[in-house]
Amino acid sequence: MQTLTHTLLPQLSAQGHPRNPGMPLDLDWVASAQANTSAIERRAATLPGRRSVKKDHQAAWLCKAVSLIDLTTLSGDDTAGRVQRLCAKARQPVAPWMLERLGMTGLTTGAVCVYHDMVATAVRALEGTAIPVAAVSTGFPAGLSPLHLRLAEIGESVADGAAEIDIVISRRHVLTQNWQALYDETAAMRAACGEAHMKAILATGELGTLRNVARASLVCMMAGADFIKTSTGKEGVNATLPVTLTMVRAIRDYEDRTGFKVGYKPAGGIAKAKDALVYLSMMKDELGHDWLQPDLFRFGASSLLGDIERQLEHHLTGAYSAANRHAMG
Amino acid sequence: MTIKEIFDTMSYGPAPESSAEALAWLAKHKNSFGHWIDGAFTKPGQTFATKNPATGTELAQVTQGTDTDVTTAVAAARRAQPKWAALSGHQRAKHLYALARLVQKHSRLLAVLETMDNGKPIRESRDIDIPLVARHFYYHAGLAQLLASELPEQRPLGVCGAIIPWNFPLLMLAWKVAPALAAGNTVVLKPAEYTPLTALLFAELTREAGLPRGVLNIVTGDGETGAALTAHPGTDKIAFTGSTSVGRKIREATAGTGKALTLELGGKSPYIVYDDADLDSAVEGLVDAIWFNQGQVCCAGSRLLVHEGVADRFYTKLKRRMDGLRLGDPLDKCIDVGAIVDPVQLASITAMVDANTQGTTYRAACDVPAGCFYPPTLITGLSAASTLMQEEIFGPVLVSMTFRTPEEAVALANNTRYGLAATVWTENINLALDVAPKLRAGVVWVNATNLFDAAAGFGGVRESGFGREGGWEGLLAYLRPATAAKPLKRITAFPEPKTPVIPDLDRTAKLYIGGKQARPDGAYSQPVYSPGGKLQGHSGIGNRKDIRNAVEAAHAAKSWARTTGHARAQILYFIAENLSARAPEFAARLRDLTGTNGQPEVDAAIDRLFTYAAWADKYDGQAKSVPLRGVALAMNEPVGVIGMLAPDEAPLLGLISLMAPAIAMGNTCVIVPSEPFPLAATDFYQVLDTSDLPAGVVNIVTGPHADLAKPMATHLDVDAVWSFSSTPLSAAIETQSAGNLKRTWVNHGKARDWFGPQAQGREFLRHATAVKTIWVPYGE
Repeated sequence: MQTLTHTLLPQLSAQGHPRNPGMPLDLDWVASAQANTSAIERRAATLPGRRSVKKDHQAAWLCKAVSLIDLTTLSGDDTAGRVQRLCAKARQPVAPWMLERLGMTGLTTGAVCVYHDMVATAVRALEGTAIPVAAVSTGFPAGLSPLHLRLAEIGESVADGAAEIDIVISRRHVLTQNWQALYDETAAMRAACGEAHMKAILATGELGTLRNVARASLVCMMAGADFIKTSTGKEGVNATLPVTLTMVRAIRDYEDRTGFKVGYKPAGGIAKAKDALVYLSMMKDELGHDWLQPDLFRFGASSLLGDIERQLEHHLTGAYSAANRHAMG
Repeated sequence: MTIKEIFDTMSYGPAPESSAEALAWLAKHKNSFGHWIDGAFTKPGQTFATKNPATGTELAQVTQGTDTDVTTAVAAARRAQPKWAALSGHQRAKHLYALARLVQKHSRLLAVLETMDNGKPIRESRDIDIPLVARHFYYHAGLAQLLASELPEQRPLGVCGAIIPWNFPLLMLAWKVAPALAAGNTVVLKPAEYTPLTALLFAELTREAGLPRGVLNIVTGDGETGAALTAHPGTDKIAFTGSTSVGRKIREATAGTGKALTLELGGKSPYIVYDDADLDSAVEGLVDAIWFNQGQVCCAGSRLLVHEGVADRFYTKLKRRMDGLRLGDPLDKCIDVGAIVDPVQLASITAMVDANTQGTTYRAACDVPAGCFYPPTLITGLSAASTLMQEEIFGPVLVSMTFRTPEEAVALANNTRYGLAATVWTENINLALDVAPKLRAGVVWVNATNLFDAAAGFGGVRESGFGREGGWEGLLAYLRPATAAKPLKRITAFPEPKTPVIPDLDRTAKLYIGGKQARPDGAYSQPVYSPGGKLQGHSGIGNRKDIRNAVEAAHAAKSWARTTGHARAQILYFIAENLSARAPEFAARLRDLTGTNGQPEVDAAIDRLFTYAAWADKYDGQAKSVPLRGVALAMNEPVGVIGMLAPDEAPLLGLISLMAPAIAMGNTCVIVPSEPFPLAATDFYQVLDTSDLPAGVVNIVTGPHADLAKPMATHLDVDAVWSFSSTPLSAAIETQSAGNLKRTWVNHGKARDWFGPQAQGREFLRHATAVKTIWVPYGE
């Protein structure tokens, strides 16, 4: 199973970067991390105005965005049927005639992201594809169940075939600046993931300050996170550009000091094709081309794909599109 | 490239903004323009080309303004001015409001035309320049509305000549035109020769705004045209933004004419990064500081000072960021750095950088298009002595050195002839708020850079010029007090009689320098006689060395500026108290000197000391309402060392009328007292001596005004010169002040009633202070 993960799933290792092994907790580094909220907000506010991609370039960038989506359903009313439909959409995210005309036949989403109970269903539905299944885990979304159960949950999802585990951190450790506890817990989760890649969800909307976001990002990377991710999608505020800037700067610092590349996943609130383009240009400018590949970047999104489909059809036909012309996920 | 190939490379591709509408507007005018005078375009005269620097192609021919053109424009402005000033504030406000709306309605056309003419990225003209233009007119519509009720004693100056630079063509027009019009002035504006087009388009919009003919006139041309406008006797004010060297010429050309003058000149603004700063945000700040508008920004943070311990990390981050900058077609919406305004400017930047042999030069590893482009450049490892650390490059070139302590950073930051802006990055509020007041600059940005707003004053100190643009303080630069002044007669000493009456005991009046009585350097004295021929004593004849010594003493006392307003008030009260105790003696002295009853003057002097003791802790700054989560603090800072030629006619009251507001606001001063009646001042230093005034805060050098004015006005370490002498020195002082562009306040031969209300108050306090705007964005 673990070997299969590597051979079948280029989303996890397309570029051959070594996994982040983590490092001992460096509290001096954590304490020195700064994030000036006002300056970060101003930078974020100008980002959409600084970059623009048009015509064929825009179409190509939108296809790229599709390839980076963790197509997600995380609802209490999820059923096997619902998950199967989602997986079918992941396999064929854009209508075949459109992909053919774009020269992008074979395009799939980056992954499918579900609760543990749906992992097996999703794995079966995606058989024969290179699309990994990501499972949200560790008492998602609050992360307040007993630690041994949270760790056990990871093991079960991995056993069911999840190649990626989206864990949630204990926000209380950040809010009380208990970095040691956060590190220990996150390191234990990484160990529990084994060969599965770990995305650490910071739930940034509940961390209070961007400085906390920066410090929590560093601690999670030190603890061996393969990805750091903004949100569960269940907090009041999910992925934002200021939070993203803060986290990608932490990723850049981490690579500077350790040589290891850690992935980034904004999740929640990214619903428009235009937003996706801003995120992509930001990744390209702040971290570089490597972070435009699925092993280092994902969108956690459910409705984004629909808007991208409509924009792509507009690109092909010149006429503005309608949602009902595209298959539901 | 196929979509699949782009998918793999993820390149940006072109994203051009259309130039069609702007080209159509130019074509509508047959790509040829005259001036805009009296509400219409004149026929093109002798023309020159204005080009798109990014492509080198000609955009249009514009007319070289002649002396006659300037005269015609000034005459039109003069005709229009009384009626414009007679409109109610509300009526003027409606015109300014209409202009703001029109700028917004035509915002894209203005932005595209600006980018084509100047070479700046469309993102900047679209998202920064033009919105700020509209904001400026909105704000000043409000000032026009409120002017009569808020500043009832103020009147417009008349016709204002405005000369603006090429780096922010329309924005600089707005900064000059909006306050001038709000205040009831009319304007003749000369845009820069490289970038006249948006001014001409704006002129056309004034017709749509219903602006009366002649209220705004645009005369295009080069420096000759600007010189003609400066020299024209029909202008009441010159407002200039541009280089320090041209500013100096304008100072000299307007000297003695009585024209009001504001100068917004060059800079070499420090950008300080402390070790606890958010380094990534500070790097982004630099992008907005020195790679904004290709670094062609007077207030560009061009002098990077980094805490030594984080310098290597910071430079690494900075270089990586530089490599990501995209140079190219300014009309492309995906471009960070556009074209240099003109090949002449490119050559100047290139020559300055090529001449440098020090430090390490890093050029951004980005593609540099052929033509008028210069790559973002960083030069590290320079010292304060390096030419590039001192001279303004006015291009995308950042120079840098390191520092060790907060104090050393301030010292290095202030080690410059300029004083326009400064930037401070630290997460420590104690450090930020300690450093900001210590930086010699008109604008300080904390954890941000290049923030501008119509409500916040902008302008410099030292050789970066004087005057503020924006806010109430900016409006005041277009107003004058309502009172009309009479000519001032020359007042001379009473002559030596044939048989002088000699007092019983000789009394020797000395100079007062650094808290000590000092004999004049030249060891010459002159007798002072009463009207009745009685010898009153001798006064020292000070010379330039005494002025030098006094200025040094005044600088040594600069900690006075850091004392509290309350403490300064206490000392002013104490001076008043001690003067009061000796009131009969001073009254007698004044009677003996001038032949008139001295008691009213002593009483008025004590009253005046009380007035400024009262003001010392009440001339409050403001927290400006800027569109930002944060505050822009307008701090009234002391000007520094002020040289003063006191009025001749009121020997005690005149001196105190100048001294008291100056020291109340934290300045130190060198005073040359009344030339014919100096002994009241020399008696007065005994009062100062017993009033706890720190040594050097007030220095008194007696002597002939004509001799002492020059060493004061030319002294490069004097920050301002005030002259109310009856000797006609105004022109000479204004001319000589050009050396370090010190501020001047001279009487132009006009009298002032030193007993009346116009001899005290806010006008004096404004001259004794410079507004420093400290921007403090916040948020956690």
